[in-house]
Amino acid sequence: MTEKFDEVKEVKVDYTRLRVPLGPVHPALKEPISLTVTVRREEILDVVIRLGHVHRGIEALAETRNLIQTLYLVERICGICSHSHTTGFVQALEEIGEIELSDRSLHLRSLIFELERMQSHLFLIGIMAYEIGFDTLFMFTWYEREKILDLFEEITGNRIHHSMNTLGGVRWDLSPSFVEKVNCSLNKIEKSAKYIQEVFQDKTVEKRLCGVGVLDYDEARELCVVGPTARGSGVKVDIRKAYPYAAYSELKDDFSVVLRNTADAQARTQVRILELFESINLIRAILEKLPDGPIYKESVIKLMKKIPEGEATSLVEAPRGELLYFVRTNGKEGLWRLNVRTPTIPNVLGLKPMLIGSEIADIPVTVASIDPCMACANRITVVDQDKRETIVTDLKNLRNRGKKQ
Amino acid sequence: MKLGNMLRDALRALLHKPVTVRYLTRAGEMVSVPERYRGKIVYDKEACIGCLLCIRTCPSGVITTTEEKKVSFNISRCVFCAQCAEICPTDAIRLGSDFEIVTSEKEDLIVQ
Ligand code: SF4
Ligand code: SF4
Repeated sequence: MTEKFDEVKEVKVDYTRLRVPLGPVHPALKEPISLTVTVRREEILDVVIRLGHVHRGIEALAETRNLIQTLYLVERICGICSHSHTTGFVQALEEIGEIELSDRSLHLRSLIFELERMQSHLFLIGIMAYEIGFDTLFMFTWYEREKILDLFEEITGNRIHHSMNTLGGVRWDLSPSFVEKVNCSLNKIEKSAKYIQEVFQDKTVEKRLCGVGVLDYDEARELCVVGPTARGSGVKVDIRKAYPYAAYSELKDDFSVVLRNTADAQARTQVRILELFESINLIRAILEKLPDGPIYKESVIKLMKKIPEGEATSLVEAPRGELLYFVRTNGKEGLWRLNVRTPTIPNVLGLKPMLIGSEIADIPVTVASIDPCMACANRITVVDQDKRETIVTDLKNLRNRGKKQ
Repeated sequence: MKLGNMLRDALRALLHKPVTVRYLTRAGEMVSVPERYRGKIVYDKEACIGCLLCIRTCPSGVITTTEEKKVSFNISRCVFCAQCAEICPTDAIRLGSDFEIVTSEKEDLIVQ
């Protein structure tokens, strides 16, 4: 027996190409995403991206509830852009039920939208600072974000899930004293945003971000990336301009689309910082123009009963990009189908061209720079390619399949 | 960033009072919350007429009926959306300012 162990086995390993698994649980990536990276020394040659670790089955769950219950369910798809999700959903319902909204409620919707965009961008700017190892800046940005969350708490009663939207309007009104408070906070935030902008032009920060994760214009167009990720590559897409919703058709002239051409992580961060100023301008314009009037129509129960069978799609510009809602109601207060296309789904595709050719150390920064929200982007479709058919499966079935493997 | 700016910021941070607040400001006194804050549910049993609209709109199945045609709330499932308070025709439900609802007794989380 000993002879066998004495034999020296020659194993041939090709050290020029190594496959490194990253995630789904990895200290550098905040949300579960699995990247299998093929590297030659430090250089990345290929990336395989796999999602699906945090699938929550929200679309299926929505089919078992009535419309009002679903409103609070879709809000919980994302904590950072909860208002975008409810806006997308109620807009589709309002289109099906042909519900007209008052001007004031539309303006209030846009106001919360912009505040949300600011807190989301500050959040990501903080994360970027953290990923490049600049923790002081991370703390500073998040402190500013806290001011917006406090505003949310005062206006709507909750910091994250504001529940501002309801069928036919919004739920909380803005009194003059709130207007004053918002203005006061905006002035402070504007000052700090200028400071943040200055720090991001610092040499050390620039060295860490410039030329990292480049996604050029053509690739961005081809992959249909959305939001600040697309705008950082010079693609001019903004739903607020292209298909104005809420009060944006009246506010068209109060903001501009920020574009950058360098297409790297620095460009995407710059876009977000500059959009902070655009949002501040927008909020000031909204507060100035805020028309009088009621904020909602009638009891939601009555409105829910009135919604007939039908389908609608609605688009909103969430902080991360274009968010699409497809809603099909069954005319009995419920839903046949809800389909949500969150901005991370197209943006995550951009990761591959961004990562190929860069270095391992740049992975966290690049992943963070598209502002991913993995839990929003997990979907299940079973497609049998040989038989060319799609299978509809239930949760129990899926669980059993998972056990077998 | 210039050295002067950095020094100025460092000094300012040293002299600045902390941005955090004490959790308990004084014994038994909680941090204040805004007026519209949505905390633990306060239920006025007398005012309730048993219309059960709240059950129909609650997104997380918090509310159940009781034998005397009133309702009971299981706060451990509540997401504090205040839809029940909004829909109630007699304002029997209100979301109070109590946010310290962690407990080891499940019964403490039932509001009747
Ligand atoms: S606050 Fe929302 S979740 Fe809680 S009981 Fe009321 S409706 Fe249900
Ligand atoms: S909606 Fe109000 S009145 Fe009706 S059952 Fe609920 S608590 Fe009672």
